[in-house]
Amino acid sequence: MNLIKKLLGIVWLALGVAVGYFGITILGIPKLSSGKQDDFVFGAIICFILLPIVVGGLLVFGKYALQGEYDTAKEGD
Amino acid sequence: MPTDKKTSLVSIIGASSVGTMIEWYDFYIFGSLATIISTKFFPQENPTAAFLSTLATFAAGFVVRPFGALFFGRLGDLIGRKYTFMVTLVLMGGATFLIGCIPSYETIGFMAPVLVLLLRLLQGLALGGEYGGAATYVAEHAPNNQRGFMTSWIQTTATVGLFVSLLVIMGTRAALSVEDFERWGWRVPFWVSILMVLISYLIRKNMHESPVFAKAKAEGKTSTNPLKESFGNKLNFKFVLLALFGAVMGQGVIWYTGQFYAMSFLEKTMNINKEQVDSLMFIALILGTPFFLVFGWLSDKIGRKWIMMAGMLIAIISYRPIYEKMYQTTLVGNKTEIHGSSNTLAILKKGKDQHADSIITTTKNYTDGTQYTEVKKVDLNTQLTTTKITIDINKSDRKMLIWLVFVQVLFVTMVYGPIAAFLVEMFPTKIRYTSMSLPYHIGNGVFGGLLPAVATYLASNAKSNGDAQWYLEGLWYPIAVAAVCLLIGVIYINGRDKEITD
Repeated sequence: MNLIKKLLGIVWLALGVAVGYFGITILGIPKLSSGKQDDFVFGAIICFILLPIVVGGLLVFGKYALQGEYDTAKEGD
Repeated sequence: MPTDKKTSLVSIIGASSVGTMIEWYDFYIFGSLATIISTKFFPQENPTAAFLSTLATFAAGFVVRPFGALFFGRLGDLIGRKYTFMVTLVLMGGATFLIGCIPSYETIGFMAPVLVLLLRLLQGLALGGEYGGAATYVAEHAPNNQRGFMTSWIQTTATVGLFVSLLVIMGTRAALSVEDFERWGWRVPFWVSILMVLISYLIRKNMHESPVFAKAKAEGKTSTNPLKESFGNKLNFKFVLLALFGAVMGQGVIWYTGQFYAMSFLEKTMNINKEQVDSLMFIALILGTPFFLVFGWLSDKIGRKWIMMAGMLIAIISYRPIYEKMYQTTLVGNKTEIHGSSNTLAILKKGKDQHADSIITTTKNYTDGTQYTEVKKVDLNTQLTTTKITIDINKSDRKMLIWLVFVQVLFVTMVYGPIAAFLVEMFPTKIRYTSMSLPYHIGNGVFGGLLPAVATYLASNAKSNGDAQWYLEGLWYPIAVAAVCLLIGVIYINGRDKEITD
């Protein structure tokens, strides 16, 4: 199980990158450039607040998983 | 359990839950009265006021709640749970009351939207601090084998707060004429808040500090810098991330799907009459609410992790069939029209600015009692056409839709009922309030709050691409988020630690 936890770390890292890319290109930039005020505010919140939290979180989670921080022996840390 | 202790636990749960319910009430009445608030404070013809309105809508839910979690979580771990969630209660109640007192834009100009925005942000800040305090406070009083059941009362408050806000608004509307409600009556639900907060404050004032925190404080074991210890220390931060990605983000999207997306789908995608949507949602939520307690109780018996994971799995598998059934239930293409029942009425109407509109109303009746109304409005100056379709559903379709929404509320209760106890048990006493509040508000505010925007994007994209099942495409967002969360939760979460005195 520890090996699976570690290997999946790569998946979470890749997911973080994918969410960042699609979040910016599909949601963020179109909203920012739509010309509507509502969309602009929402796009800014997506690009500058939500995506950093989600992408940053997934990347750190993936890194920890890859480093074996979630191994069974370390659960009680 | 001795009777005195049992009575004390009942009063602790009661005082904590009522206070949290009031905070949700305060948060919801702003949303429920958003249309009238925008006419009083944020006139759309003024771009700056409209901009402030947009900020008030998005910022309070997405941005300020996590900051409230950090700010009040830190206070709660430094000075205590009791004082902190007293402050959040008073802050929320005071902000809500003051929103009801602000003169309109017509009277004081720009100060009106600026003040409303500031007070709305304070509401978001207070909400961000309240939940973690109430959940931690109750959990730290509860015995290990009843923690899930006792904290599940806190979990009912988001739904009960929604009921109470709707009841107060409906009661005020019923007691006043339409003109009086539009003129000043809309302020009453905001004023009512201060009475509820006062009562809750008096109840909470006499409560004692959580015994677990009081003991830690007496022994000098509290944290001096909860933020640094929670998020700057890898040993704890890895559990914050695990709580977020392995439990709360899935819970957040399932909660939003069951309570808000279902409502929006009925109203906007299926075009069902707004009053019928409100009433059927109301019934489904009332029927579902007791199950927060059932699953909280069950989590004490069989563990929190697997109930939450089962809720996510069932939701992932059944969302598309449920929404397909909902859609097909009232689709007029599946029904038989009564021969000769179709009626079309065309009128020419002049607006205030002498613009002429052509309004064509078509009604159709179906053998099962369903009524279809289409109102097509053509602006004769601009030739712009808007069409509004309203479906009045029959009794049997209504029952079916109540059942289908109720099933979704059940999923909500499975993932949301045990989560307070689960989060409390994940973190040590000295940084518990801070550590559990942030993932909770990011999971619900960010992942849940994004659902309407992402789901609308997916559905409209599919529609413009000619996808026959475009109405189901918005569900890919909650399904994908819950699936990732389920995988992480199943593989990485241990879920065996029930000790909270560490």
